Amino acid sequence: MRPAPHSPPAVAGRIDIRNLSIRLGQGRQAFEAVQNVSLGIEPGEFVCLLGPSGCGKSTLLGTLAGHLQPGSGDIRVDALPVEGPHPERGLVFQHHTLFPWLKVVDNVAFGMKMRGIGRQERSREAQRLLDRVGLSEFRHHYPSQLSGGMQQRVEIARVLINQPKVMLMDEPFGALDAQTRMMMQQLLLDIWESIRTTIVFITHDIDEALFLADRIIVMSPRPGRIIEQIAVEFARPRRAELITTDGFTRLKHRCLELLHPKSNHPLPRLSPLGTVP
Amino acid sequence: MSSLTDTASTVSEPAAASRHDRHRALRRASSIALCILAWHLASTFRIDLGIVTFQNVPPPLEVVAAARELIESGTLLSHLTASLSRVLGGYTGAAAVGVALGLLIGRSRGVEDALLPPLELLRPIPAVAWIPLAILMFPSSELSMVFITFTGALFPILLATIHGVESVDSRLIASARSLGARRHAVFIEVVLPAAAPGIFTGLSIGMGTAWFCLVTAEMIAGQFGIGYYTWASYTIQNYPDIVVGMLLIGLLGMGSSAAIRKLGSALMPWQALEAKKT
Ligand SMILES: Nc1ncnc2c1ncn2[C@@H]1O[C@H](COP(=O)(O)OP(=O)(O)O)[C@@H](O)[C@H]1O
Ligand SMILES: [Mg+2]
Repeated sequence: MRPAPHSPPAVAGRIDIRNLSIRLGQGRQAFEAVQNVSLGIEPGEFVCLLGPSGCGKSTLLGTLAGHLQPGSGDIRVDALPVEGPHPERGLVFQHHTLFPWLKVVDNVAFGMKMRGIGRQERSREAQRLLDRVGLSEFRHHYPSQLSGGMQQRVEIARVLINQPKVMLMDEPFGALDAQTRMMMQQLLLDIWESIRTTIVFITHDIDEALFLADRIIVMSPRPGRIIEQIAVEFARPRRAELITTDGFTRLKHRCLELLHPKSNHPLPRLSPLGTVP
Repeated sequence: MSSLTDTASTVSEPAAASRHDRHRALRRASSIALCILAWHLASTFRIDLGIVTFQNVPPPLEVVAAARELIESGTLLSHLTASLSRVLGGYTGAAAVGVALGLLIGRSRGVEDALLPPLELLRPIPAVAWIPLAILMFPSSELSMVFITFTGALFPILLATIHGVESVDSRLIASARSLGARRHAVFIEVVLPAAAPGIFTGLSIGMGTAWFCLVTAEMIAGQFGIGYYTWASYTIQNYPDIVVGMLLIGLLGMGSSAAIRKLGSALMPWQALEAKKT
């Protein structure tokens, strides 16, 4: 599963978001979940969205996927406005959404079935992708027979079968144990280095963002706005040792400061005798 | 990977599981035996508890004798075929109408507003209350009997289908659409299979309620049918025969509900795996 030494530069999958605001809720309860976001993402770039929980990351991603309507502003992928869900924009959630009634191989082949491709060709291609994520032995299992990490690998294979220009991933490894998560991050990088699709990856785990991304977009608490963009220039292919290097730690501090800004007014210390000056 | 150990641990399971199953079957059989014993004691000693009395309840042995008589008289088969055809007729109609309407109502707000209010109004009406109208509406008494079992089976099937469709995980639908499924494909490939377990629960309950309505239906007319046999035995004060009729209905209802459940698990093998996990 080695990546090609020099994978060809991606030509498709450019994302342009301009002055995007998204409103959620109805009537009096309506509020702005995402506020005036402008962002350009290059074809083949790996971008992580980092922000506190509830800041609108999923909302932004749902709009990119075409499941939510933008309130104002404009989203384009390769110059075409996003008008609804499309198999070119693959979506992966934190908890798998595999169809429980389909065996693993049929889950992976689902996208090709929707394109009207015959059964034989579908299973051949699904088989190839299951090999890619190391699960070909499990092709005749049902999703509920797999562990969480395996379910997410099937989910990734199911999206890849559509050869998406963009992969939208919403905390895909957030529910996995630390060790499995590391394995999955490595697997995802291996795959991405060979196919070079654009990836927008949501996380609230700073280590994960630094390990994976070319660029980290840091968002503010609600309403979500972009407060900082950090270029992550560690050499690729990246290995687990990276997270112990000084460069990594420096960027991690920077992210921590952005996510948990030091309060300007420290709380007075309490003591049984009253407030200590 | 935890699932590797999961699959390993299932290897030694079948032996233990079948022992466990045999134990359960034994316990269940003894429960029925105990009930019969209690019935026997209560009826032979003519127990009178004041609010309820067993003085006129026929004891099990008399019921067995009555059952033998029914079998030997050769009319059992005609009673069975008459009842089975009425129940199956009503049930098949209810399954077709209930599932079709349930899918429509579950998928469309407009259809729900148009159809659900009158159906909610009809739902609490018991089968007995339908008898006069059924006689007036249907030219043949056979059809009116089928109609009564139909009303009994319809509502459990309808409501279970609506609930099944409305509780489909919206993330599954979103995923399907992102994988290229359009409206029609979402319905066929996602909504139907996701709602199927709920629909089958309704089908199994509906089968029970169809039998439940049988005596009511066969009060209308006829000379055959287990419900008719039960009701006629009461009017001629042939008490053991009443119990024979009741038990037959119980057995047939239980058996056909179980058949529907069996069919459901054969069609939905993934269900058993999910149930095992929880
Ligand atoms: N359908 C909805 N209706 C109303 N509020 C919502 C809806 N979905 C999410 N929210 C709220 O919008 C905010 C942003 O949600 P989300 O995009 O899921 O945040 P994140 O993914 O960053 O944790 C949260 O405060 C959440 O409670
Ligand atoms: Mg989220």
